[in-house]
Amino acid sequence: MTTVLDKVRSGREAVGDRWHHAPRWVRWALLAAVIAFFYALPNREFYQYLGPIPTPGANFTQVMFTVSIYVLLAVGLNIVVGFAGLLDLGYFGFFAVGAYTVAVLTSPSSDLKAMWPWLLAVPVAIALTMVSGVMLGTPTLRLRGDYLALVTLGFAEMIRIGAVSSEFLKGQRGFNQIPHPPGEFADGKPVFGVLDARPYYWLVLTLIILVVIGVRNLTHSRVGRAWISIREDEDAAQLMGVPTFKFKLWAFAAGAAIAGLAGALFAGKQNFVNSQNFELLNSIIILAAVIFGGSGNIVGAIVGGGLVAYMIERFRGIELFGVELYEYRFLFFGLVLVIMMIFRPEGLIPNRRRAAEFKDRRKEVTVGE
Amino acid sequence: MLLEIDDVSLLYGRIQALHGISLTVDEGEIVALIGANGAGKSTTMRAISGIRPVASGSIRFDGEDITKLRADLRVRRGLCQAPEGRGIFPGMTVLENLDMGAYTRRDRAGIAQDLDRVLGLFPRLAERRRQQGGTLSGGEQQMLAVGRALMSRPKLLLLDEPSMGLAPMLIQQIFDIIVEINQQGTTVLLVEQNAQQALARAHRAYVLETGRIVKSGTGAELLHDPAVKEAYLGVA
Ligand SMILES: Nc1ncnc2c1ncn2[C@@H]1O[C@H](COP(=O)(O)OP(=O)(O)OP(=O)(O)O)[C@@H](O)[C@H]1O
Ligand SMILES: [Mg+2]
Repeated sequence: MTTVLDKVRSGREAVGDRWHHAPRWVRWALLAAVIAFFYALPNREFYQYLGPIPTPGANFTQVMFTVSIYVLLAVGLNIVVGFAGLLDLGYFGFFAVGAYTVAVLTSPSSDLKAMWPWLLAVPVAIALTMVSGVMLGTPTLRLRGDYLALVTLGFAEMIRIGAVSSEFLKGQRGFNQIPHPPGEFADGKPVFGVLDARPYYWLVLTLIILVVIGVRNLTHSRVGRAWISIREDEDAAQLMGVPTFKFKLWAFAAGAAIAGLAGALFAGKQNFVNSQNFELLNSIIILAAVIFGGSGNIVGAIVGGGLVAYMIERFRGIELFGVELYEYRFLFFGLVLVIMMIFRPEGLIPNRRRAAEFKDRRKEVTVGE
Repeated sequence: MLLEIDDVSLLYGRIQALHGISLTVDEGEIVALIGANGAGKSTTMRAISGIRPVASGSIRFDGEDITKLRADLRVRRGLCQAPEGRGIFPGMTVLENLDMGAYTRRDRAGIAQDLDRVLGLFPRLAERRRQQGGTLSGGEQQMLAVGRALMSRPKLLLLDEPSMGLAPMLIQQIFDIIVEINQQGTTVLLVEQNAQQALARAHRAYVLETGRIVKSGTGAELLHDPAVKEAYLGVA
């Protein structure tokens, strides 16, 4: 067992080494190829040649949109969990705040009857999620990790229950006729319509790229160093003069803002938002995806978020012994996670530092015994 | 007085760890704080560096009352602590750790100069500059913690058991380095189990017992005090 695993590991490390030692232009070319691949992916003319990759039980383009939203969420949560080391169990709550903000401001079924255009509601949604992140973080981030986990969990449930039961948020009936993003083709047809999910996917993909560039720049700056130091040893970070509370709050707010953006995109695509969209399970799935991919590593978060969201949909329509695998998707998901945590707790594509921290913590545990 | 602690008490929940401690550190001194396990030495350090709030009393540093000042702002005032034990960043390389020590500074030239100085003081760290902190030996981690604190170019350096877990040879060496740092102009407040070594080098020292200062004097005085000898120097 371990030999196979070791082989996989050394193989992966070799790939990693090659990547880091490859000339700059090779890396750029590869990156461009990967990006081009993902832009091309939702086109039938392209994906029909990809063998088992397209999902049999669901519209592949729709699936790719869902996957892209999960990737965006994973990138955002990775800032909170991966970089700053804060355990956020209710991340999907911010997604809900973003989606509901857009719904309330734009839908004709909203009591506000504001009926804003979608684009105008997006910055408000992002700002509001950020504010809710700051409000949630201010009292809790001064406390130690477990409190934060509990409070965030409670927050997500509160949002969901509020959505189910409050008259203002319309419960199961939800908000309909949420407007789409703007834009028309030359022939007057809207770019973002009802039938074709591709434009939405491309929009999210583009935003993911922009967000990743932003996050990367941030992590290579003083802010990133502060986050990593907090994650590795909060007391030591403080002793080196890092204003830990401020930076934790920033990480929390930045993560929330990205979830808000994702929620706004989701609302603009679905055109309908109700309380069923925000089950607690979603928060757990995204957290698991980030850890699965390799928390603390942007590529890891992207791969984790993408793979998890994709695999869940991939199970649709596959029958084994007369049962649809989709019914058991969370069983598989749980199983994979457990195996992963045993053999590779630092995730699929770990962060070099993260791996060392895990070793360090294990050492600490054995020393303490 | 560079540091003046007056009647400081500190609580961990309902447990009182410090009962009205007063001590002073003058510019240019090495002051040692000795005492048995659990006496409250590390707690005193935490109160000074600000990672634990005090219940009562006052702390003045460099002419300013810092009793309520946030820990990170105390670093900016020139007060830096090398924490007890494994307080380094395990996932960062030696250089990155040292770089974190200079987090509050922006004078690139000065930082580069101090980096050279620290690597000069600890050649072992220079050899292992690209190694991750978590993979260093215990002694090397100790050196890294001291070196990292120096990178903030503190007026007052707080050292919590810098010799912990070191081989006798290295203990000697780290004390020599502390004296050298002090002679280069940094004031040092030193917590030590290794009372003999600490008292021999310190200008002055305090003895802490269950959260109270029970004795103080010059290093030499305490080194020859019969009660101290019996309790902390292992001499009957
Ligand atoms: N976080 C904490 N919570 C509760 N009690 C604590 C905490 N930290 C320390 N104490 C208690 O406070 C007292 C003083 O501890 P402190 O760490 O200051 O001792 P010390 O003098 O540094 O000992 P050592 O030489 O073993 O490092 C001890 O009784 C200890 O159990
Ligand atoms: Mg101690």
